[in-house]
Amino acid sequence: MPKTACVRTVSSAVRTPTSTFKGRQKPMNIFHAMGLTLLFLMTTLSSSGAAEADLRAIIAKFATVTDFSETGAVVQELTATGDPSVERPLAALADGNLYVRTADSMVFVGKEGDENVQLFDPLSGEAAGEASEDDISKISVNNTLRRAIRDALGTLTLGSKDPTVRIAAADTMFKTPDAANIGPLDAAIASESVASVKSLLEQARAASILVSDNPDADKLAAIALIGARGDRSAVSLLTSVEANASGAVKEAASAAIANINSTLALWDAGQNIWYGISLGSVLLLAAIGLAITFGVMGVINMAHGEMVMLGAYTTFVVQQVIRTSFPGLFDWSLVIALPLAFLVAAFVGLVIERGVIRFLYGRPLETLLATWGVSLILQQAVRSIFGPTNQEVGNPSWMSGSFDVGQLAITWNRLWILVFALTVFGVLLYVMKRTPWGLQMRAVTANRRMAASMGIRTPWVDALTFALGSGIAGIAGVALSQIDNVSPNLGRGYIIDSFMVVVFGGVGNLWGTLVGAFSLGIVNKVLEPYAGAVLGKIVVLVLIILFIQKRPRGLFALKGRAVEA
Amino acid sequence: MITGRFFAAGADRRIAITIFILLAVAIVVPVLNLAVAPTSAFYIPSYIVALTGKYLCYALLALALDLVWGYCGILSLGHSAFFALGGYAMGMYLMRQIGSRGVYGNPILPDFMVFLNYKELPWFWTGFDHFWFAAIMVLAVPGLLAFIFGWFAFRSRVTGVYLSIITQAMTYALLLAFFRNDMGFGGNNGLTDFKDILGFNVQADATRSALFAASAVMLAFAVFVTWAIVGSKYGKLLMAVRDAESRTRFLGWRAENVKLFAFTVSAVMAGIAGALYVPQVGIINPGEFEPSNSIEVVIWAAVGGRGTIVGPIIGALLVNAGKSWFTGVLPELWLFALGGLFVAVTLLLPKGIIGMWDSWRGNAKALRAASVAEEAGTKVGVAEATSEPTRSPARNPGEWSWSATKPQAAE
Repeated sequence: MPKTACVRTVSSAVRTPTSTFKGRQKPMNIFHAMGLTLLFLMTTLSSSGAAEADLRAIIAKFATVTDFSETGAVVQELTATGDPSVERPLAALADGNLYVRTADSMVFVGKEGDENVQLFDPLSGEAAGEASEDDISKISVNNTLRRAIRDALGTLTLGSKDPTVRIAAADTMFKTPDAANIGPLDAAIASESVASVKSLLEQARAASILVSDNPDADKLAAIALIGARGDRSAVSLLTSVEANASGAVKEAASAAIANINSTLALWDAGQNIWYGISLGSVLLLAAIGLAITFGVMGVINMAHGEMVMLGAYTTFVVQQVIRTSFPGLFDWSLVIALPLAFLVAAFVGLVIERGVIRFLYGRPLETLLATWGVSLILQQAVRSIFGPTNQEVGNPSWMSGSFDVGQLAITWNRLWILVFALTVFGVLLYVMKRTPWGLQMRAVTANRRMAASMGIRTPWVDALTFALGSGIAGIAGVALSQIDNVSPNLGRGYIIDSFMVVVFGGVGNLWGTLVGAFSLGIVNKVLEPYAGAVLGKIVVLVLIILFIQKRPRGLFALKGRAVEA
Repeated sequence: MITGRFFAAGADRRIAITIFILLAVAIVVPVLNLAVAPTSAFYIPSYIVALTGKYLCYALLALALDLVWGYCGILSLGHSAFFALGGYAMGMYLMRQIGSRGVYGNPILPDFMVFLNYKELPWFWTGFDHFWFAAIMVLAVPGLLAFIFGWFAFRSRVTGVYLSIITQAMTYALLLAFFRNDMGFGGNNGLTDFKDILGFNVQADATRSALFAASAVMLAFAVFVTWAIVGSKYGKLLMAVRDAESRTRFLGWRAENVKLFAFTVSAVMAGIAGALYVPQVGIINPGEFEPSNSIEVVIWAAVGGRGTIVGPIIGALLVNAGKSWFTGVLPELWLFALGGLFVAVTLLLPKGIIGMWDSWRGNAKALRAASVAEEAGTKVGVAEATSEPTRSPARNPGEWSWSATKPQAAE
């Protein structure tokens, strides 16, 4: 696959440092699309004889060029033909892979091998033998030329059959407007049938009009069109227009910028809130098991984070088995890991409860110390078995990638984790409120002795409740393995946050945990742009400390006698 | 008055012995290190001096924690914050003493500030070129933080687990803050590369011995202060708050003020421990704020025996010696051992080594008394004596009252 390799290097050579978040992703798309086009062309290249002969004549001129400007002239000539098949030699040229054989002045696309350079026909891509490096000379290019070639390729791809390629081309032209593009764009708009692509092409055309010498009326219309686009690249384009223009155009541009910026600020706030909701769902997942063991049972489980870690490692093991034995099931790995992680963590939790915690009921501070010891042992055990380094847990295909809602980029894994967290919450709420087991749990929490007198086996309720809380932490681990490093220290990062959530929300109240998780998540992410990530977190911690002073029992405090122990 | 009580015949023998041992060690170890030839069997190598000096600082920290946890029932998981703040105050003094000998040779700015493009010394660094100022800050910063924190926390009656968790949050927040480069405390790398303390080279054997002696003397002094606090009427109040806070409040005492005093004194002690620790290990970085460090301090106190004065010291020395040995011989197993220690101590040794020792001796005494009584022909319930050993209530003011250990409702 010489072509894809070549395209990848082009992308690295041409990619310009862009500062915005969106800008960082776009160049990849373009070159991905270009690669697609090239592959497409490679298979379907069957140009008619006459046109091909003309092209070959132009390409042959590369053999005689002596400086960059001459090369540029040939490139322009090639582009002017509008034939899609010139992409191959142009892309090769941009990548420095176009060679001239000294013996017969033939032009070839070359691929450097171990000793010799493999040669390919510049148009058909057929192999044309090898040559040693002494027998051929490379046609050199500079950055200006590369940019020119890239623009030229963008124009060429406007005629592609694949809409994604056309979208990418329109995008490139929007970002690098040129008055010369208006003609090809007009033609493309006329023949475009897909409405969304058409509007993108019109925007690209408007961008090109703004840098052309067209009358102001046209430019004002163009500004209105670009203003309607309303994203960051529109702002950067209009800013340059504002700087260069004067009079009505300048005013219209600055008005459009102000308009877009105010919309963008709203989207930004929306993005922050989405990040906050996403963080809140992670906190909810991590804390909800703790809400049971700490909130309902009054046990300070410092090993809770390690249960999360065990769940993540279960996912890792499941994926390893699937990778080696059943590669086809990879997309199902998380679904398979969920029950296993629950069982593993619940079993470990059961052992901890029966082995340690049941001797310590009523002495919460001592459960803190004992479970801390357990957490150290679990961490070191995992470190001894799996090693101290991060393990790689893959994303199934349905959790990778992202989609846009307006100006919001929403990644699938974050969305799924949110859905998952809410599902777990719902199931847990159902178990607690609607099942006999949940009833027994609540009875034991409310009055242990009375519950025992009623025939409830309180030790078993304790053990199963603890196992439930641990198991939930385990399935949280499955979800968190998708967004965090799976290492023996995974749990450490969540334990303090989880306690904060439970204490903030109010101990013994699942709804409190829900509200606590999301409000902490959103506050954290909304503060972040102003204060920075670390300072934002510090502010949140300080706020919680102050809040606990005000409401020592949390947001939704349990009322009644049990509170004052 | 207190000293009078100390030297009076009724003074606790164990405290006196501890103080005596600490003072003796403060003299003997430096002498054996400096004045004895390295070939002699009595010679103590310098690294041992530095290591035990470090342990003594830990012991002081454990004692500070014991004052609030063992005697007042406040399980603080934020004592490493006070320790580290004291350490930073000392570290800032030591940084200023480097002067122009740093890598960049800037006479005013420490190396990391030059590196991070600071133009001038931040305002909170002023004064730290004087030892007296740094010494005051070592006491004042942790003390003030504890006072403000405790003021808010105890007034709103944040108790038990909640207090533990918010103290943990406090040290975690400080950890994050000190990791930031723009805080002006050296960020991730902390403060290190110290040269002089009070004009003496920190690396020199004599300075190290002096620091060791200072640690031992300071620990002895802290033992005395703790003993004085605990033995006073105020100490009885402390324990009353520990055992039944509501009842104490209903009797008309201001429980929050009682706790606030103990918490502040304890924080100051922890700060001193940190200040003595830093020149001996030669570095202070934000890692000292780790919440896990605080929890480790708790286990030192628990192993030795909380609610006793000698216990935390013994616990800190034993656990840290064990840590040094384990991490040297079997580094893989250290966390297993530490974790097992946490579990075993809470399950099997809730009163720690000293508590076990006392109750074992109490049992032995009771058995002896019983057999003597039997010989004399009187029947005494031995079984009862073994389950609940009798003891004179005034002997050891810090001991847990037996009735309070019965589990209360889980809430």
